[in-house]
Amino acid sequence: MDNQSQPNCPSWHDDVRRVAQGIRRRVLEHTVKNNGGYLSQACSSAEMLATLYLKVMNVGPVERPLVPPPFPGVPGPNNPNSFTGAIFNGPKAPHLDRFILSPAQYALVVYAALIELGRMDPEGLNQFNKDGSTVEMIGAEHSPGMEVMTGSLGQGLSQAAGIAMARKLRGETGRVWVFMSDGELQSGQNWEALQAMSHHKLDNMGIYVDVNKQQCDGPICSVMNMDPLAERLASFGARVIEVNGHDLDALAAPAELERDGRPLVVLADTDPCAGMPILQSRIPKLHYVRFVNEDERNRYQAFLADFCG
Amino acid sequence: MEILSKVHAKNLVQWAKDKPEVLVLSADLTSSTEIDLFRDTYPDRFLSMGIAEQNMLSFAGGLAREGFFPFIHTFAVFIYRRAFDQIAMSVAYPNVPVRMFGFLPGIMTPGGATHQAIEDIAVMRALPNMTIFECGDATDVESVLDVAHAVNGPVYVRMLRGEIPRLFHPSDKMQFGKARVIQEGTDITLLTTGICTEEAMRAVQVLQKRGLSIQHMHVTTLKPFDDPSVLEAAAKAKYGVITMENHSIIGGLGTIVAEVMAEAGLGKKLVRIGLKDTFVHGASKPYLMREYGIDAMALIAEVERLVDDRFGIVESELAQTYLAPVHSLAKAEAL
Repeated sequence: MDNQSQPNCPSWHDDVRRVAQGIRRRVLEHTVKNNGGYLSQACSSAEMLATLYLKVMNVGPVERPLVPPPFPGVPGPNNPNSFTGAIFNGPKAPHLDRFILSPAQYALVVYAALIELGRMDPEGLNQFNKDGSTVEMIGAEHSPGMEVMTGSLGQGLSQAAGIAMARKLRGETGRVWVFMSDGELQSGQNWEALQAMSHHKLDNMGIYVDVNKQQCDGPICSVMNMDPLAERLASFGARVIEVNGHDLDALAAPAELERDGRPLVVLADTDPCAGMPILQSRIPKLHYVRFVNEDERNRYQAFLADFCG
Repeated sequence: MEILSKVHAKNLVQWAKDKPEVLVLSADLTSSTEIDLFRDTYPDRFLSMGIAEQNMLSFAGGLAREGFFPFIHTFAVFIYRRAFDQIAMSVAYPNVPVRMFGFLPGIMTPGGATHQAIEDIAVMRALPNMTIFECGDATDVESVLDVAHAVNGPVYVRMLRGEIPRLFHPSDKMQFGKARVIQEGTDITLLTTGICTEEAMRAVQVLQKRGLSIQHMHVTTLKPFDDPSVLEAAAKAKYGVITMENHSIIGGLGTIVAEVMAEAGLGKKLVRIGLKDTFVHGASKPYLMREYGIDAMALIAEVERLVDDRFGIVESELAQTYLAPVHSLAKAEAL
């Protein structure tokens, strides 16, 4: 997790490490500044998101870092101005991949990633959670990097499957990548989606699950256990690959597999404190970091200074 | 009266022939919703989704975002009750053209409370971007496809299946936002939807013979509800307005009419015939219509109360009434 290039590593590793480190730094900065943020999600998923954008997904470029447009009003028959945040993921084309963010509370992490990737203007993050902005706290379809409404957990995978089905019917070669968190798999709709993906052989879909083993109320095993997750997914017909979520080669490898009719699920085992040992003292309250007092905030401020230094 | 069988089954196949972007989605009720012929004719455009409606609705949202027109077919309850959040966020919010065909509206099934959609209009009309139609006869079932397909956004249709009467001439099609005038009159304005229109027609014919002048209109567009002819008809009614629907009186046609009348400042009495804030149980259609007061005799009783008169109508008079397919009076020519 350092910035140093290591011998015998492919060159894309440097880019992924730089972006992952940038994600952590920006989300930490934001959390210190705003006294709150989805910090552990940044730590667990930084390598995953960076690898998805830089190595796994075949997405097109944006001309220049985009400034998030203001909220155009809700979609409707009389609103021709509505748009989705997919514009930050480059153009849509039959051969290009698509990205669907399922846990919409990861939006802050995606925004940070988009800045590091040169897809969003750094100023965009200053609009976070500001009235009239599209850079919303719980991302919606108009938020940078997002394309569908996923804040009601469980709906992202089904919508992505519909998109993948449409692309399959059209014979498009581009794939649909879904980023998920493990906790949301408790929702039954995901399992309905998985059985449909298997039944309709949507092997043009790939799901990367951030298995950080945390959810809002605490550790998943205490809230609603899902073990054995890999076996459950496989029994629904998914092609399950378990990897270390901070190992870049391991994260990238499943996308290279020849498609075999099964939807791909990559269970990325992650550490919600990865790169920020300071978070460990908050375990098991990791879902949303709000400082309990000024002293704690100061300690994070000092950590941030170290982090940047 | 002409009774037709499996109208939607044949019509959908014909209608979708030159529309490759139309996909039909089924939740394990393929023959029950008359899409078996579609499945056999266009297997590549038929998607079996299993008994998993939440996924089906969000999945349809994904398909629609990519330019397809998913035609959801299942029982009405399994659309709006089971998958309401999915309809709201995966379909209605993005205003994507998912067409939802809800079968067995209201008391149309002996399947009991679990299968009876008695508050679907109330629930669905509260969703922004949603358009709602209700079919009352074979001509509606045939023509609703064109009307629904022209809508820029999601559509919910209360659909009929099986043996369906032909109340309107095939050329007298359903039109968006336009109620059909079945009978003109000035004493009472009677607004009916769905299967209640046929029931009401029987009663109206007999009531007319007793000297009552009834303006009877068949409403098919429940949202948006802005047909000026409905308000005009309500305004001229001497005794008041009656709504009659196969739905709860809360949130359906009766409520909708009450809203527009109140907003227009129309100080007329309004009688809402429908399910009176009650669940229903499993039994036959005629039994339930009588038991819960949404049949022709219930209408006659309400008319008598409204005009404060008694007409001594017995049920056998209604049973003998022959209903020929009508041209609504809105049409200039009776072709």
